[in-house]
Amino acid sequence: MKNMTDESPGESKQVDTHLDSLLESADTAEHLVVEVASRIGFQEEELHKLGMAVRESVVNAVVHGNRYSAKKKVHLSISNSQDRITVTVTDEGQGFDVSSLRNPLADENLLEQSGRGIFLIRAFVDEFHIRRLVPSGTEVTLVKYKQTGI
Amino acid sequence: MSAKLSSRQVGDVVVIDVSGRITLGEGSSNLREGIRELLAKGNRKILLNLGEVSYIDSSGIGELVSAFTSSANQAGQLKLLNLTKRVKDLLQITKLYTVFEVFDEEAKAIRSFA
Repeated sequence: MKNMTDESPGESKQVDTHLDSLLESADTAEHLVVEVASRIGFQEEELHKLGMAVRESVVNAVVHGNRYSAKKKVHLSISNSQDRITVTVTDEGQGFDVSSLRNPLADENLLEQSGRGIFLIRAFVDEFHIRRLVPSGTEVTLVKYKQTGI
Repeated sequence: MSAKLSSRQVGDVVVIDVSGRITLGEGSSNLREGIRELLAKGNRKILLNLGEVSYIDSSGIGELVSAFTSSANQAGQLKLLNLTKRVKDLLQITKLYTVFEVFDEEAKAIRSFA
């Protein structure tokens, strides 16, 4: 199901969609977010970083949250003002303890194959919030501000 | 476009030219399989040319690390060539730029294996 509401310039616009628990949903989410961010003037490099942060978030939701379950969906919500975009990705999984995440920059973890996704999300957006939902699920919220001219 | 790999022999070094996206799924598995096959055939000097890689995610970075450690565990060497700015930035913020040997010139990279 997909609902998209386009409002007048200057007002917030929203995308609310439920994505299947497939890796392809990361492509869909990335495209949707980049499209909204492009419309409000995000530049190429910022679009790339935002898109990658969204991709990582949706992959986490599909792989670690919903564990590819066909019965579970990933909820993607996008809103924006003129100077920022807010993306929320929610899964229907069991949730996890964010404090259990290891530091990928620690010497003992540098050569680990995985464990960099949330680190990269944090690096590529201005705000990152994560919360465990009751009774189940994890919600991550990404906020990125449009860079002003240099 | 997921990652595409083609390999060529330069002396005793195998150069793998990678193009496209190295992301979770087909892109990263292509790379994993390619490296695994080369190592299984006895190749121990591998140069990954990433000049045409347009996108890499955390899974792709993980595959590069895995390729590096798999090679090292089999007494091999895996080095990187022609990083795009985005890939270089990713390796820098993940502190992996100091782990890999990275080159901008293929001839120089080939000589480094000697």
